[in-house]
Amino acid sequence: MNKPHSVGVVEPKIAHFDTPLELTSKSRLDQYQLAYETYGELNQDASNAVLICHALSSDHHAAGRHAGQKQPTGWWEALVGPGKPLDTNRFFIVCSNNLGGCSGSTGPSSNNPETGKPFGPDFPIVTVSDWVESQARLTDQLGIQQWAAVIGGSLGGMQVLQWSISFPERVRHAIVIASTAKLTAQNIGFNDVARQAIRTDPEFFDGNYYQHNTRPRRGLRVARMLGHITYLSDDSMAHKFGRSLQQKAKFDYEFTPEFEVESYLRYKGDQFVDRFDANTYLLMTKALDYFDPAADADGTLSGALSAASANFLVMSFTSDWRFSVERSREIVRALQSNKLNVSYAEIESPHGHDSFLLSIDHYVSVLRAYMNRIHSQLEHNNEASA
Amino acid sequence: MSKILRQTGLTRHDYQVISDWIEPNSHIMDLGCGNGALLKHLQQEKNVTGYGVELDPTKIAQCIENGVNVIQTNLDKGLDHFNTDDFDYVILSLTLQAMRNPKALLQEMMRVGKQGIVTFPNFAYWRNRLQLGLGGYMPVSEELPHKWYDTPNIHLCTIKDFRALCEQLDFTIESSLAVHRTGRQGLSLKLMPNLFGEIALCRFSKNTIKYSA
Repeated sequence: MNKPHSVGVVEPKIAHFDTPLELTSKSRLDQYQLAYETYGELNQDASNAVLICHALSSDHHAAGRHAGQKQPTGWWEALVGPGKPLDTNRFFIVCSNNLGGCSGSTGPSSNNPETGKPFGPDFPIVTVSDWVESQARLTDQLGIQQWAAVIGGSLGGMQVLQWSISFPERVRHAIVIASTAKLTAQNIGFNDVARQAIRTDPEFFDGNYYQHNTRPRRGLRVARMLGHITYLSDDSMAHKFGRSLQQKAKFDYEFTPEFEVESYLRYKGDQFVDRFDANTYLLMTKALDYFDPAADADGTLSGALSAASANFLVMSFTSDWRFSVERSREIVRALQSNKLNVSYAEIESPHGHDSFLLSIDHYVSVLRAYMNRIHSQLEHNNEASA
Repeated sequence: MSKILRQTGLTRHDYQVISDWIEPNSHIMDLGCGNGALLKHLQQEKNVTGYGVELDPTKIAQCIENGVNVIQTNLDKGLDHFNTDDFDYVILSLTLQAMRNPKALLQEMMRVGKQGIVTFPNFAYWRNRLQLGLGGYMPVSEELPHKWYDTPNIHLCTIKDFRALCEQLDFTIESSLAVHRTGRQGLSLKLMPNLFGEIALCRFSKNTIKYSA
């Protein structure tokens, strides 16, 4: 086998949809588009397709680089590519930008066809179910009956769960990483602080900032800084920054950033503000808050997952306090109650919630083993039908 | 296959004994399942469903590659994550002796499962007795390859000890067998399992008819 490498240059595509999408909120979108990327080749019977669902702040660019870029910029470059666990030599991998996003799919910063102006606050609130519904239509357009696997981390993992419930016959394997079946009060609290930071920024203009040629940069920056802290662990921050000072040996007793961690978070915040839309951030956090398949069923997660028939792989990370290992355990238990096939790995990692983006030995080996298994089933079925 | 069998310390013969004890299409949990070889064997022979439980990250990946469901769990922390009465059989193979609290784990097994199957190295095996009784050293053998200071086997017991604990816990022993590593069978094993048995296999259930009078 060749050494794992990058998929190289990839080109985003756009899928248009004209059938109105009825949303959970009772609103509807008459038409919309989804930006997506694909890696690898779809086989003849379209049985090797894998859908990647993205998390809060990422998009459809999961692997490779865009024309003009020198280095791979995909957010899951660590795991997606030729010879990597999500092996593009074996699988046809699809990743789409969620509806309401700001990277090419219809969202608050897109023009509303009715007014010719950006949707802004008029863009309806979308839920995880709505995303899955819209992705199912993309699945139809791509000529895929059933995904070999649907995979995602964090908010992406919620979409995987919802896929397994909404379209059980279309998901052969469901891979849920660093996720949860519902947010805790603490999670929702963090999200609301982030939203308040954005919504109280004087440049927010009730979400109509596009018309004022401005953006709530400061609010979004604070939101991202807060989020970023929750994606790391206390230990990893201590290890990375400790109490180190920024280019000086002692305090100046003033309010400029003095600690390294302060300038790091500000830098991360600024980077984010340049590429992300504040209204999209608000929408994504609401989708996180609302997700609760148990409440949509009989109040229990096992009741919700009784609809599912996929084989599951659930993974969590020991230092993840945003979506702790207990949250994944609850999912596993609910799957076991339904006697569904499930494997669960608890990955030792100091890197907190963000671990799912990294190449961690145990994580990679488990995911690779699972994908190998899916691949050998494919080979087996092909031989049987040949 | 023979290679993965050997890694678990059980022979093909032991697998067959366990397989014979298990009803087809049962729902099973295998605690300390290693690379999943036993479960895979039972899936093929008895069409069972269920899960292996393992702590070692390397073995988790091996189970998955073997096509066996595996749940990463530290057995010393109990089976809190598993529902009561979910399983037809709960297997604990060559793992009991390494548990911090074997008694509590046996009780947990009987909570989540209808029947338990335990295999363990019999500390009263005559070679062990010889090493300790005459040699004066802690036994070291193929089954118990560690020195006293680095052994994970912190709760070794004999067949008699195990039977006594089952009685105390009010378990009914449904079947039991002592075997020799080589798979050799004989009258001596049947008559004096606690002396000649190298490995003990035991199937038990909750004593439900107790105090019915």
